[in-house]
Amino acid sequence: MFVESDPNPQMSTSPAARERESSAWMLAFAAWLVAMASTLGALFFGEVMKLPTCVLCWYQRIFMFPLALILPVGLFPFDRKLVRYALPLAVVGGLIAVFHQLLVAGVIPEEIRPCTQGVPCSQTVIEWFGFVTIPLLSVAAFSIVIALLVAVHLRSSK
Amino acid sequence: MKEKTLFLGAAAILLLVFVVATMTYNTGTAEQSARVVEQNRDRLVRMHSPTLGNAQAKVQIVEFLDPACETCRSFYPFVKEMMAANPEDIRLVVRYAPFHDGSEAVVAVLEAARKQGKFWPTLEALFATQEHWAPAHAPQVDLVWPQLEGLGLDLDRLRADMVAPEIGRVIGQDLADAEALNVTKTPEFFVNGEPLPRFGYEPLKAMVDAALAVR
Repeated sequence: MFVESDPNPQMSTSPAARERESSAWMLAFAAWLVAMASTLGALFFGEVMKLPTCVLCWYQRIFMFPLALILPVGLFPFDRKLVRYALPLAVVGGLIAVFHQLLVAGVIPEEIRPCTQGVPCSQTVIEWFGFVTIPLLSVAAFSIVIALLVAVHLRSSK
Repeated sequence: MKEKTLFLGAAAILLLVFVVATMTYNTGTAEQSARVVEQNRDRLVRMHSPTLGNAQAKVQIVEFLDPACETCRSFYPFVKEMMAANPEDIRLVVRYAPFHDGSEAVVAVLEAARKQGKFWPTLEALFATQEHWAPAHAPQVDLVWPQLEGLGLDLDRLRADMVAPEIGRVIGQDLADAEALNVTKTPEFFVNGEPLPRFGYEPLKAMVDAALAVR
């Protein structure tokens, strides 16, 4: 089914290649599911529960929200180069999320905390089961997206 | 086509979950805040609260306000208009919720002006000149004095009265009541003891109109 829309049809002719492409698509789709759920989740925290959004949270949103849009663009028709434009967003967002998590955990000292004005990024507004915080959810979401995109790359580059 | 169906189905499910969760959450919080207000009804009005209008009015609006709050400023003429349209039927009770840093001193100015019988003109002057004494939302009591000229206030007496301990107690009580009633933003209105279903001019007007229509 990918033959009609594939930019490199000669690569997808064999059943094995088609099989690989189909599983690469599923992995990219899974990455979109995570990005979309994270986007809606962030909007729920901010717009529905009216939780304060700190500066670092905004920076993470800046990299997560576009993933929810750009991944579907690469899914229809399937573009195995989508890793090239989706992975940088996920990696930068993931780095910010890790930084944020370290800040909340107290690993990073007071002086280099970037937001003293407004909502402090180190303030914990949600804690589920004693350890799940919003920055942790963000780290998890970005990590899963990165892992899935790397898997997409490995599948489709063979 | 299988992929497209999968994608659209997943998108629809995610959006549906979002919408249902939003509605559930909003219903829950509305019920909860109504319950909180119900349990703390006696904290809505205090003996010390400034009031405007007929004491026997059919409709009582309790407004938690911060003199430095811009939205409070823009609601003030709206409330006054409703009162003017229904003289004798609406009473306004002002409660203080000085959430801005530095607002408490401005509330103390209001309370001290009240001792000279000039509470309402002072409140109106403060709202009218808000941007001058609270530049960039930072209230500065030193900038307030020039704005009060022409009101006939004895400013020396006012400055002496401002520090009276009972004013501190009034502000402390109002802040405690605001917290008990779950007032986190200003202005917050209660019409005959009921919180607004959602914030805005229309919900306030609708509630006041409904209360006026009750015979």
